[in-house]
Amino acid sequence: MEINKDKKITLKEWVRSGDPYVWINASAVSISVVAVVGLLLLLAVRGFGHFWPADVMEAEYTLPGSESYTVVGELVETESVPLEQLLSAGFKIDSGEAFIDRSLLKQGNRDVTGTDFVWVIEDYLSEKRFPDQLMTIERREWGNFYGYLKAIKKNDAVQSPTNLWEDFQQRIERVLLIHSQIKEIEKGDIGSINYQLERLRLSERGLALDDSVPAAARAARMLDIESERAQHQQAYGVLQKKLAEYYEQISRDSFTAVTMDGTSVEIKFSDVVQAYQANRMGPAEKSLLYVKKFWEFLSDEPREANTEGGIFPAIFGTVMMVMLMSIMVTPFGVVAAVYLREYAKQGLMTRIVRIAVNNLAGVPSIVYGVFGLGFFIYFLGSEIDEVLFSAALPAPTFGTPGLLWASLTLALLTLPVVIVATEEGLSRIPKALREGSLALGATKAETLWRVVIPMASPAMMTGLILAVARAAGEVAPLMLVGVVKLAPSLPLNGNYPYIHLDQKFMHLGFHIYDVGFQSPNVESARPLVYATALLLVVIIALLNFSAVALRNRLREKYKALDM
Amino acid sequence: MKTHAIDLDSMGRKQQSLDISDEDISLSVRNLNLYYEGRKQALYDVSLEIPKQRVTAFIGPSGCGKSTLLRCFNRMNDLVDGCEIDGGIFLDDENIYQRGVDAASLRRRIGMVFQKPNPFPKTIYENVAYGLRIQGVNKKRVLDEAVEKSLRQAALWDEVKDRLHDSALGMSGGQQQRLVIARTIAIEPEVLLLDEPASALDPISTLKIEELIYELKSKYTIVIVTHNMQQAARVSDYTAFLYMGKLIEFDTTDTLFTNPRLKQTEDYITGRYG
Repeated sequence: MEINKDKKITLKEWVRSGDPYVWINASAVSISVVAVVGLLLLLAVRGFGHFWPADVMEAEYTLPGSESYTVVGELVETESVPLEQLLSAGFKIDSGEAFIDRSLLKQGNRDVTGTDFVWVIEDYLSEKRFPDQLMTIERREWGNFYGYLKAIKKNDAVQSPTNLWEDFQQRIERVLLIHSQIKEIEKGDIGSINYQLERLRLSERGLALDDSVPAAARAARMLDIESERAQHQQAYGVLQKKLAEYYEQISRDSFTAVTMDGTSVEIKFSDVVQAYQANRMGPAEKSLLYVKKFWEFLSDEPREANTEGGIFPAIFGTVMMVMLMSIMVTPFGVVAAVYLREYAKQGLMTRIVRIAVNNLAGVPSIVYGVFGLGFFIYFLGSEIDEVLFSAALPAPTFGTPGLLWASLTLALLTLPVVIVATEEGLSRIPKALREGSLALGATKAETLWRVVIPMASPAMMTGLILAVARAAGEVAPLMLVGVVKLAPSLPLNGNYPYIHLDQKFMHLGFHIYDVGFQSPNVESARPLVYATALLLVVIIALLNFSAVALRNRLREKYKALDM
Repeated sequence: MKTHAIDLDSMGRKQQSLDISDEDISLSVRNLNLYYEGRKQALYDVSLEIPKQRVTAFIGPSGCGKSTLLRCFNRMNDLVDGCEIDGGIFLDDENIYQRGVDAASLRRRIGMVFQKPNPFPKTIYENVAYGLRIQGVNKKRVLDEAVEKSLRQAALWDEVKDRLHDSALGMSGGQQQRLVIARTIAIEPEVLLLDEPASALDPISTLKIEELIYELKSKYTIVIVTHNMQQAARVSDYTAFLYMGKLIEFDTTDTLFTNPRLKQTEDYITGRYG
């Protein structure tokens, strides 16, 4: 064969060689990879930067034609905007440039200034400095405070410690400890007493509604209820006293601080979550604080209309709802698939059922939400209430959106996926294995139970994985059947029956929507939207990975010969 | 070919009765007709007697109905949609196609080994114990004994005794087929049906299976389907030749291979058609 290196390959030859298809395929794959990685990176950078304790800048700001004043705050972002835009916004600018740099400053001190965030024009900032003494205080109300610590007061008497900052920190720690004790009493002990009292009230009312109880028994029951109630009331009284003590303790200390414009503000220690002097901290210290703040985000409850604090209840709600859904959908879907594939006579009817199931998978999720609301909540829920919880009426127990109905609605939504995947798995079990089992004297049910279903279990897991992936990201139907902006307590707690299926719950997906679009404080909420979104992705991935790991173990265990 | 077709019926019916006394008969097939879906007939009026504790081979070209006939013995054809049977198969004077006969308990008496090894994706031990567990035997000591005994009978014990709890799928094809035989004899059936048990195996494994069949016939009645005439000649005592769903000739293996009564049989065993 003659080899001619100089010979040019014609376009036609190049197309025929198949190279262009390889390129097209490869570029499609790389674009997908870039898109996914880019998405995650964007979420990570935008979201997780929020927890970094940023340096606090102090500068003089002089707008032309007005007096200069001091601005203090964290630099959030800088952007370049057209001059006209600023002019039309009412700024008096004497610059000839077409584009002006402006920066977004998180100045905090909402109680003093009215807004957390302010735009400043870079050109008019002067004497930028980062004083060590400038502190950032995260508060339970009114957002961050930036300023200088002046004095610490104990019972309105000014203290003069040797080291003001250290003493300040110690007092914060003390207050945080008391705060957690208060929370424990309020949420834990008093919460459980309230729960018990409510149960007593319900059983009292149930007794009143039930005519079949003889008078003597009724009187005895009433006495029991009364005595139990008295016990709880007594316990409540003790807790109340303790609580009052704690509240006195927690509001003992306060401090005065000076804001950028020289206003002196008195803040109670009980309002402080944490305080730090970012400008004085080294990278190591900052990293430590970053981890602490991030952990807070994961483990705390939200504050200030969900724009501050953590998102733990939403994580918990999401995971719990997905798990409940899995528990409901898997057995149901598997049983349905087994019947459809193994027992039902294959024919027109099974074909129609299969088509129906497949189409069910394509129904928009909000429709399931409407169905859940109409059927589960208004119909089933009210029926349940009337039969089992009549004492609580007219306040609904299950006749209102809640965890059970949300899980059930999503179970219905994901049922087709599980059925289809399981059927697929069942049909792939070699006939030879079924015959092998039958030939040993096993009945059809025994064969199914001992050979076929274990071997099809990886396929069932595949169905479950797809179901989890779909359910965990679903928001629209949940808004109708149980998700709320802020749930007062977790659906799982120490009060009998421990899992409260009737309670409303928080969900990461809805949380993103709520924080991002329903929040009064958009600027401070935005990073949280990104962080929460990334967290949602991570949680779905984790749920999926665990299911995949389980499936791989099953596959390894039940790998069949190719027959 | 036409000449064969003419004398099929008249010849086929005459020579099913061999000189076997009644107590030596394990299974007897009487006027069995089998139809698949759409009244497609697969077996035509087959009658023959399977002698006890002997090896009976079914030979014949592909699609002649030998596997179908074999699968009638343990009612495996029940699983085929639209399959209909008339006539009867008698095991201990009881028609297995009678109403009220439980297929699962019948299959415990008549075990079957398939063409391709089909071990369950379980351990070697669990494969052998499967049939007993189905019967509700769960005592470890009983199972241990039964597993060892069956594996010894299947000439597999020495090869696997150190890895009883490894997956059966890690064995070679020949070992798997012997495992399947061990699994079948673990429930101590009376009859063993072997459906081309060595056709998917290499020559050495085939030899081992054949030796095994020879060993097992002292305890079990064995019916083997094979497309390999040398194999039939080597392992069986009796041979039935089937063609197009009809039983053509049934005789002792020696007679059938050395001195067949019909020309059609002779043509087949000498390889002139098939």
